[in-house]
Amino acid sequence: MSESHGHKPEPHAGAAESHDALRDVSKHVKGYLYVGGLLLAFTLITVALSYVNFGSPKANIVVALIVATFKAGMVAAIFMHLKEEKITIWRFLFFTAFFVTGLFLLTLLNFSDPIFGTTRTLH
Amino acid sequence: MQIPYEVTARPDTGLYNAKLGIWLFLASEVMLFGGLFSAYVFLRMGADDGYWPHGLLNVPVGTFNTAVLIISSVTIVLAWASLKMRRWSQYKLYLGITIACGLLFLVVKLGYEYPQKFQHFGAFIQKDKWAKYEAYLGNEHLKKEGLPPRPEITGHLEAVEIEGEQETVEAFARENDLVVESAKESKEPALVVHNKEEEKGVSPRIAEHLVALDGVKLLSFEVKLDQVNADPDNRDNDRPHFIPPALSNKTAKIEAEDVDSWSAFFPKHSSYFSVYFTITGLHGLHVLGGVIVMTYFFFFGEKLYRRNPEHMANRIEVCGLFWHFVDLVWIFVFPIFYLL
Repeated sequence: MSESHGHKPEPHAGAAESHDALRDVSKHVKGYLYVGGLLLAFTLITVALSYVNFGSPKANIVVALIVATFKAGMVAAIFMHLKEEKITIWRFLFFTAFFVTGLFLLTLLNFSDPIFGTTRTLH
Repeated sequence: MQIPYEVTARPDTGLYNAKLGIWLFLASEVMLFGGLFSAYVFLRMGADDGYWPHGLLNVPVGTFNTAVLIISSVTIVLAWASLKMRRWSQYKLYLGITIACGLLFLVVKLGYEYPQKFQHFGAFIQKDKWAKYEAYLGNEHLKKEGLPPRPEITGHLEAVEIEGEQETVEAFARENDLVVESAKESKEPALVVHNKEEEKGVSPRIAEHLVALDGVKLLSFEVKLDQVNADPDNRDNDRPHFIPPALSNKTAKIEAEDVDSWSAFFPKHSSYFSVYFTITGLHGLHVLGGVIVMTYFFFFGEKLYRRNPEHMANRIEVCGLFWHFVDLVWIFVFPIFYLL
């Protein structure tokens, strides 16, 4: 793509930034557009699937969450470059996943110790 | 102050410092939203049969906003790629589109979705009075179909019938563009309060202030019904519609003593709306935060770019990581509130 530079010269990649690295980025651009299109398509699929009866509301929840997790995975892996990211970040995320799962489980422990007769209706 | 490793990677982490920082921040954000999502699971699992509402949100609008965020996620990554390729004006274009998408999302949310909810009326009927309102709830029909019951009547609040001192009520009515009339069909000396322009109805929020006045006792509501309550036995209304149907022409009278609780669709209305407004509100604040940071880079990024383009590219990468996270949260918010 050509640019109108005006009187200011465009700064160019330093010696460390080889032409290969730049070509790499421009090669990725197509991939980003492709993933974006895929995400839009999966949004429509999520909406459509929510009107399909999978037998029980629970089954519908599972289906929708699987699609959502897949979409979130694409955003994280491609847009957030996790696919090519350093081990340090994966280590952070492993611990985060561990603790957030723990948080969910702690909340759910409540159901093993319910308090009866405190509310008239639950809404 | 010169922060080290803002362009080159730190040898021990293999990352430039800002990237390390943003990922730590995002990890803490996962815990923040994780806490709220676990609250959602908790409230939903604890809700009585039928008390978790379906189809109250506008699915096409939600889908539109989801698409807007996805498009903005693509454009921010393209903005970063443009900087990597040293194409300044292309970067400005993509960043501008991203900012516009963020603003559009907020306008739809705050300018259209939230205000609609704040004007909509809902009243939960006491369980032992469900039979009396069978014509609007359709619980016999739902039972036959094996579906959870419908405890709530929703629609547009047309008028409230009250008992109280005429002068106090009239003074309140004048302040709020309402009209007071004597009730025709009532044995007691009741008053009916409605809007000057009949079709506008009474805002549920104002109705709350009215019944909180000294000596005012609420007797009943006149509600223009949503389709689902106007024709509750119709199988078309068993499950939510993709395009929300318009309000019906049918009105119903609901006695105040049969009602468990009533309000507009505010956070206090139900567990569903409390967690809906909490999560979407916090998410909206994140969108706003992202827009502010991106706007800064849009107007004040050029100096840094001229000095050190790689540093600028890193800043936009970090900004993009945050923005993708905001999109990622919405990918879960959309189905759990709008669809399921």
